[in-house]
Amino acid sequence: MTRWDWDYAWEITPGLIQGMLTTILATLLGITVAVILGLFLAIGRRSDRKWISYPLAWIIEFIRSTPLLIQLFFLFYALPLITFIPEPIRFLSPLTALVVGLGVHYACYCSEAYRAGINSVDKGQWEASTSLNLKMTTTWRSVILPQAIPRALPPLGNYFVGMFKDAPQGSAITVAGVLFVARALQSADFRTVEPYTIAGILFLIVSIPAAIFVRSLERRTFYET
Amino acid sequence: MKPDNKRTGASVAMRQVVKAFGENVVLNKLDLDVDPGEVVVIIGPSGSGKTTILRVIMTLERIDEGTIEIDGRHLYHEQKNGVLTPASEKHIRSVRSDISMVFQHFNLFPHMSARENVMLAPMKVKGMTEDEADVQAQELLNKVGLGDKLDHRPSELSGGQKQRVAIARSLAMEPKVMLFDEVTSALDPELVGEVLTVLRELAASGEMTMMMVTHEMGFASEMADRVLMFDRGQILEQGPPDKLFKDPDHERTKTFLRAVLSH
Amino acid sequence: MDDLILNARQYGNLLEGTLVTIQVIVGSFALGTFMAVVMGVARLSDKKWIRQAALVYIEFARGISAIILLFWMAYALPILFGAPSMPPMLAGILALGLNMGAYGAEIVRGAIQAVPKGQTEATIALNMTDRQRLRHVVFPQAVPIILPPYGNLTIEVLKGTALVSLIALNDLARVAQVIRQNNVISDSPVPLAILYLNVLVIYLILAQVIAQLFKVAERRSARRFGST
Ligand SMILES: Nc1ncnc2c1ncn2[C@@H]1O[C@H](COP(=O)(O)OP(=O)(O)OP(=O)(O)O)[C@@H](O)[C@H]1O
Ligand SMILES: [Mg+2]
Repeated sequence: MTRWDWDYAWEITPGLIQGMLTTILATLLGITVAVILGLFLAIGRRSDRKWISYPLAWIIEFIRSTPLLIQLFFLFYALPLITFIPEPIRFLSPLTALVVGLGVHYACYCSEAYRAGINSVDKGQWEASTSLNLKMTTTWRSVILPQAIPRALPPLGNYFVGMFKDAPQGSAITVAGVLFVARALQSADFRTVEPYTIAGILFLIVSIPAAIFVRSLERRTFYET
Repeated sequence: MKPDNKRTGASVAMRQVVKAFGENVVLNKLDLDVDPGEVVVIIGPSGSGKTTILRVIMTLERIDEGTIEIDGRHLYHEQKNGVLTPASEKHIRSVRSDISMVFQHFNLFPHMSARENVMLAPMKVKGMTEDEADVQAQELLNKVGLGDKLDHRPSELSGGQKQRVAIARSLAMEPKVMLFDEVTSALDPELVGEVLTVLRELAASGEMTMMMVTHEMGFASEMADRVLMFDRGQILEQGPPDKLFKDPDHERTKTFLRAVLSH
Repeated sequence: MDDLILNARQYGNLLEGTLVTIQVIVGSFALGTFMAVVMGVARLSDKKWIRQAALVYIEFARGISAIILLFWMAYALPILFGAPSMPPMLAGILALGLNMGAYGAEIVRGAIQAVPKGQTEATIALNMTDRQRLRHVVFPQAVPIILPPYGNLTIEVLKGTALVSLIALNDLARVAQVIRQNNVISDSPVPLAILYLNVLVIYLILAQVIAQLFKVAERRSARRFGST
């Protein structure tokens, strides 16, 4: 048996690219969930109400220090059995479970990035907002977040790349991403070198340019007062 | 002196106000009355609590005891069935709409142009349309001599220009009470004059009550209706500038004035 | 509270899995730290080809995802070398360790660069060799800078160890999956939510242990080197 079969490699590449597109789709949906949910978590953690801010801090710490894979198992295998949860929420399709899992997991990271951005906004900005009698929602929307979010962008970009690298874990809950396709080829054709190598190359083709782009974000300048 | 058809500002009445930071009692049962349209200058040694008076009126710090009334309405309390109870945030917001503050370090919104800084609050708080707010912003920025800087970001303005934008931004809310905390002390000396010119016009118009903390004694003696000498959380003495600057009753006031004026 | 508890046999299984997880994290940490130091120093080498080789390693090992690297190590690499297979423990440690090393190298490089230039100049004045300089002057000052991000990285690798369950290594995550599969034939099935919550809590405890170990190390290094 040859160790590398070019014909076979060409034959399986389209399928692997198809899987890669699914992986990318899951990442795009997941990061959308993460940046939105993360923002609310960050704002919630700043709440004066301790019954909001303390549990949130705790939950974020818990999710951040435990493996995404187990969280995916929970969403996919355990959640459907929790009968008091309404059905449409309980029964997630594999892709939905992956998007929710990635989204929630990374929302916890994103919330830290936002938090750092929010804390770096000068205290005087809050005071000026009070002196103009702005409502809390206006203060957040028009004054604080427009300054905080640009500062959070570089870390958010890193999480985007990080999420992309975690997205193949969806294969463990039968999401037909690139790794799932490679594993399917392994069990169907008993070949491993080509599927896994091509999967790896596809990954590098996407993630290295993405990482370089994110690093260029880090060099931007921000508003001065 | 003050035309009847003009706004004349609101009164401020502080009764037995206590504000402490931990053990440090900064305002010690302070009583202070300011008339509508009056220009009051607060002087006193560093750490005596001057900034704190303005900050509790602006609700940037909450008071521990006592009451504050703006135009006869309680700021921190509400009458409920004839009983004075701590006010809801909603009530505080409603009374606070009469007050605005200008800060030592401007606190302009760095991501907005001068015009947008001035337009934001009227649109979001008063529900002005964008066009109305824009017209008003141009008017106010013209008034403070910045008609040609409408679309500049704060980072493109000098300190004096920033402070004038900040004043215009507060004026846009048509406050009845305006608070100024050392608004010229972060400026290069040659830029102080342009800000004082604006303040002078405001004071002369009598359109609002002004309370200012300043070290500009010349300006104070020229514009103030009354000067308060503040010391250790209490008013040590007060009076018209002529009296207080030229012939103070207290030795501490004399020492303080000598120290400030010798600069 | 009873509802949150599994039976003794299941806890026994989870404990065995936990021990495997600990072996994987210890092995990955050792390999990762070795790679981090070597590649972090190599990134600052005088010789261009060494710098570039280190950069290629770092970009490659970070850019490819840990899980893809793991499957490639476990199933493709042995074939390429003409071997039938690789022990999953070894594949897991190789993949996670190489991955960790790439991230760690950037931490090490940043910390070395943060050591003031004057320190290097002083060692030249004392006629030290490069090795002596690194070992006795630069590293001791870089360690306090390295430790906090390195603790976070180690916890990330701990989370990554769960992936080895997918290449049939009987770690904590795999034990949980086996219990789930046995549920089907069991007459007293475990509620899966309880099972996974227990597993998550075990990972949380391991993460806290790592965090505490790093806190102790930080305090020690602060005491030893922090007096400037
Ligand atoms: N947020 C705070 N927390 C704790 N202590 C405070 C706080 N703000 C002010 N203080 C203390 O309150 C006292 C009065 O401060 P304040 O700023 O009102 O003085 P000031 O008269 O404005 O002085 P300066 O002329 O230096 O501006 C000081 O002792 C100060 O340390
Ligand atoms: Mg002050």
